[in-house]
Amino acid sequence: MHALPVALRSHYPPVFELIRALAFSAQAGWVTPCGMDVYLPIANLAVNGLLIVLLGGATGILSGIFGVGGGFLTTPLLIFYGIPPTVAAASAASQVTGASVSGVIAQSKRGGVDYQMGGVTVAGGLLGALIGAGLFNLLSAFGQIDVVINILYVLMLGSIGGLMAREALVSLGRKGDAPRRATKRRHHPLIASLPLRWRFYRSGLYISPLAPLILGMVVGILTMLMGVGGGFILVPAMLYILGMSANVVVGTSLFNILFVTMLTTMIHALTTQAVDIVLAGLLLLGSVSGAQIGTRIALSAKPEYLRLALAAIVLLVALRMLIGLGFVPDEVYTVTPL
Amino acid sequence: MRGLATRLGLALLALLTLWPATAQAQGRDPILVPEISQHEVQVRQGFTGAELLLFGAILDPDGRRASDDYDIVVILRGPAQAISVREKQRFLGIWINAEATSFRSVPSFFAIASSAPVAELVDERTAAIYEFGLQYLQLSPTGAIDPPQYARFTQGLVDLRQRSGLFQQDEAGVTMSEGVLYQARIALPSNVTVGRYIAETFAVRDGRVIAAASTHVEVRKEGLDRVVTEQADENSFLYGLLAVMLSLVMGWAAGRLFALV
Repeated sequence: MHALPVALRSHYPPVFELIRALAFSAQAGWVTPCGMDVYLPIANLAVNGLLIVLLGGATGILSGIFGVGGGFLTTPLLIFYGIPPTVAAASAASQVTGASVSGVIAQSKRGGVDYQMGGVTVAGGLLGALIGAGLFNLLSAFGQIDVVINILYVLMLGSIGGLMAREALVSLGRKGDAPRRATKRRHHPLIASLPLRWRFYRSGLYISPLAPLILGMVVGILTMLMGVGGGFILVPAMLYILGMSANVVVGTSLFNILFVTMLTTMIHALTTQAVDIVLAGLLLLGSVSGAQIGTRIALSAKPEYLRLALAAIVLLVALRMLIGLGFVPDEVYTVTPL
Repeated sequence: MRGLATRLGLALLALLTLWPATAQAQGRDPILVPEISQHEVQVRQGFTGAELLLFGAILDPDGRRASDDYDIVVILRGPAQAISVREKQRFLGIWINAEATSFRSVPSFFAIASSAPVAELVDERTAAIYEFGLQYLQLSPTGAIDPPQYARFTQGLVDLRQRSGLFQQDEAGVTMSEGVLYQARIALPSNVTVGRYIAETFAVRDGRVIAAASTHVEVRKEGLDRVVTEQADENSFLYGLLAVMLSLVMGWAAGRLFALV
């Protein structure tokens, strides 16, 4: 019944092959002990519950280790499993919320959150999420939403993965030298030219709030469109573009992710009505525990290797998206209800 | 399920053979008595699809066993939907959605089973009239569309739906026993649309459709899944708030639990 277009897919990276094989064997009932099947009421199909929990767990571990939400991995993998893209993006956002809660609590206890800065980026995020919702409708009307999401994924993940890999390799090459002296922090010259400066004490900055506002807005748009938390953009942007002091970057970025994903979940619930609470629950179950495990791994493992591993994962996802975009589309024909 | 079907079928048969022959003798058309293993499919937690057994009996008008061999075609059809189909084309090296066609009424589910290949049963015209086959589906495209494009889009749509199990064609799916009882199994995948499904049965002989009868199945969401779907639709704000609370509480609880470890 589920004729597998195997020939079409044979060139995908092995990880995706594995997921795909698992998904199909789950549908065929091979690896599914009874009671494992969960029906998703909004996505309108049955999935292997264990597989979804494991997927949440894997992304949770990533989020624990790197302080990124893991949404960039959840959304495409869910789509790959056969869940409608809108439902995947809408439900992945709530998973990112869950994965960042305990991180925010921990960071705020040790004073790692700049609430003022976080407030500004969240305000930008709200603006961005609303713009994103508008874009979502507009692009759906043009029928290009899936193409645009794919392009965004390839561009973003490709460039960020590339940058991270380079940085990790460079720092690995420098191993054995004295620990690298932190380069003198400087925000980007463009930031200095913006009007209306505020003092952000915890971040150690005297800059215009427009800069973090715009940053928050961009991330908000991406969160709405792609179901990603945006940690992998926020962290480097806060460090290298805003020039925030390193000890508040992760906490503030998590703070922003927490609130913006909550907002996007609400906006999705109100506009696209594509939040599948059963799917979100399964993902959460895995990701909240995974996040805790990840935090522990992060304490014991070498950060260079971790960063290299993350870069590899990010690049793999980007490559997978690129194949769909540039070589063989997953489906030539797509159906949308009128 | 097979046991049940056979019993039911035999009961029907017994009933029909006992009927006074005179009551039915006026028509020349055979009597077709269709039945379906369940008239309601509940989509609830743990639903992974359902297998429906469409069965029944075909008899001569006088209530006796049919003297000729009939062929049977069974069609199960889900509620119709208006959809738009988009086609990706390569543009500047990337695949983007290029052309789109809208269809006014496409069945959300369509399964056809027959006791012999349709091409051997009826001519193409008859097959097209009765939609005997996925290639004969009348999808009513909106607006002007040239035939080659229509063919391409319908083929793309049928292929897509076939791979997700929503369109099925089984040219040996109907089994006949003793020329009287027929039965066909049709699998509903888990991703079916809820609504009223119509099961039609056709008796075919000498290239003509001689008798037709229909029955129906109601597919509906029940229990938690019904509540979730309704709430997401009607109380979107509270539903969203619930999803947010769920993620906050689970995230927080996990942090507390792991702190104990």
